[in-house]
Amino acid sequence: MDRGFGEQFGELIIISGYLLLLLCLGLAASRLFRGTRKDYLLASHSIGPFLLLMSLFGTTMTAFALVGSSGEAFKVGIGVYGMLASSSGIIHSLCFFLIGIKLWSLGRRHGYTTQIQFFRDRLESDRIGLLLFPILVGLVIPYLLIGVIASGTVIQTMTSGAFPELFATSNPATSGGVPNWLGSLATCLVVLIYVFFGGMRGTAWANAFQTIVFMVLGILAFHVIATQLGGEATLLENLRKVTSAVPENKLTRMEMSKMRFFTYLLVPLSVGMFPHLFQHWLTARSAGSFKLPVVAHPIFIMIVWVPCVLIGIWATSSLIPEKPPLPSNPNAILPFLVKTQTGPLLGGLLAAGILAAIMSSLDSQFLCLGTIFSNDMVTHYYGREKVSDRGQILLARIFIVAIVAITYLLSLFPQRGVFNLGVWCFSGFASLFPLVFAALYWKRLSKAGAYAAILTTIIVWSVLFFLSDFGANREYAVVIGWGGMTYETMPVATIFLCSLVAMIVVSLCSKPPSEQTVAKFFSVSSPLQGGLQMEGKSPTIEES
Amino acid sequence: MRSFCIWFLVAGLLVLHQDNWFWTDSTLVFGFMPVGLLYHAVISFAAACLWFAAILLIWPSGVDQAASSDDPSQNKNQEAAET
Repeated sequence: MDRGFGEQFGELIIISGYLLLLLCLGLAASRLFRGTRKDYLLASHSIGPFLLLMSLFGTTMTAFALVGSSGEAFKVGIGVYGMLASSSGIIHSLCFFLIGIKLWSLGRRHGYTTQIQFFRDRLESDRIGLLLFPILVGLVIPYLLIGVIASGTVIQTMTSGAFPELFATSNPATSGGVPNWLGSLATCLVVLIYVFFGGMRGTAWANAFQTIVFMVLGILAFHVIATQLGGEATLLENLRKVTSAVPENKLTRMEMSKMRFFTYLLVPLSVGMFPHLFQHWLTARSAGSFKLPVVAHPIFIMIVWVPCVLIGIWATSSLIPEKPPLPSNPNAILPFLVKTQTGPLLGGLLAAGILAAIMSSLDSQFLCLGTIFSNDMVTHYYGREKVSDRGQILLARIFIVAIVAITYLLSLFPQRGVFNLGVWCFSGFASLFPLVFAALYWKRLSKAGAYAAILTTIIVWSVLFFLSDFGANREYAVVIGWGGMTYETMPVATIFLCSLVAMIVVSLCSKPPSEQTVAKFFSVSSPLQGGLQMEGKSPTIEES
Repeated sequence: MRSFCIWFLVAGLLVLHQDNWFWTDSTLVFGFMPVGLLYHAVISFAAACLWFAAILLIWPSGVDQAASSDDPSQNKNQEAAET
């Protein structure tokens, strides 16, 4: 079978070109590097509203935003938008407004770089870092794995047929494509290089660029796929024709539990505890830089998710060609439609868009974990005064390389249920939300109360995770009986509630924080005098 | 009063998010948009409008000044960061 050069290698060339472009961007950002630790980890607090919006949005929109949203819509229908997207539009901005601005202000005032530094000070406990460290790292690693594995899947699917003899597989949808291990390796290396050299500034620039790329190309994919599937003269006619061919159960939420939908609202609260977002918040030039992200974030989510959800339900329509058959993996639906419904040029560009969404999250997470390791463990315990500024940068870089290597090696093992782990990671972070909220707004939060919240979260999370067959049972729910009825709830609701109750009860029964700490975090001149105010009073729950 | 109104509206939006009324409605608005999806797209738009009102009406005052009013005696982290 003879194929033209462009048809055979088109996608591969464009994907390679895109990855090279990213490398250049990261290296360009590194030319502005001022050589200090604060510049490497926090871009010297120089990020303005636009870059902050793009980097926060790019970071929160993971592989799941493009690949997972269309895959979930393919499986369960339009309900996925309400469950994951519109809820995030409300809650993420709420977290930026209530948590982000205050943490930024405290971070600037007291020189924090990581969450652990903040909690050590606020809770007057050096050991809280030792407890939080493995939890934060443990919850971020599966999140990283999702991105690394997804990038390999996307590259393999999109380049299928490029090397029919060298990379032949039994699956026609991926045969001849760059194998997963090689695609994931290329992605990891590109992200590693621009994070290694560019630090937070390189990450912010790359995030902004990649966010623009995946938003523009996402809309383009929507238009092209609608046109190809519909075959009519205008976009509106195509949209009508394709959507009218979708089965009714995908146009409604008739197969979705209302209580699960309701309790899913707690999952986006995870944003308040993501360590990589904490670091991004601290890069802001001023509090005013948060205004644009707070307002535009829900709109950006809508722009990305609505087309992806529609593409996902279109894949269930009768207009989808029988050959080649749809992939069994729902997460391969979008790459598959892009591959089969567009030409090599557009296919390559759209693949670059999907990779952009994946890499714009990976970079922040790699940088953040490197920062936590070097800052909160090595430097903290070895002695900050014994390590020079350049030494701390070197440590952060070494840890970034180590984390990328470990994540990549883990991705090579069979990860059958890794996408299922995503929601469990989010549930863990969301259940720690009461801790960060109370640390900012409740003077009475004590060290013991914080330990109780963290330990309760770990224990309840572990028990429920075990009961869900370690995440393999996607339909696992906590069933609650009430008034002769039973209700299915998301595990996050139980973990969140237990964590909240433990924190409040133990805080009230234990020694309150010292007056010095209360003054430091809740004094008149402290930044905690805004945001959640009622009639001009202090934002704290408990009056002094 | 402003704060109360904004937080009341945020709570209202979260209540409206649970749209039991469109749960099984498969109507296609404009012939292509499932009504349940359009409703939630409007929720996203309403959220943006609400947060715009929040930054206009209840934006925390003096945060930038507070952030720069550092107290070095309380703060070893800052010293290390500025080294």
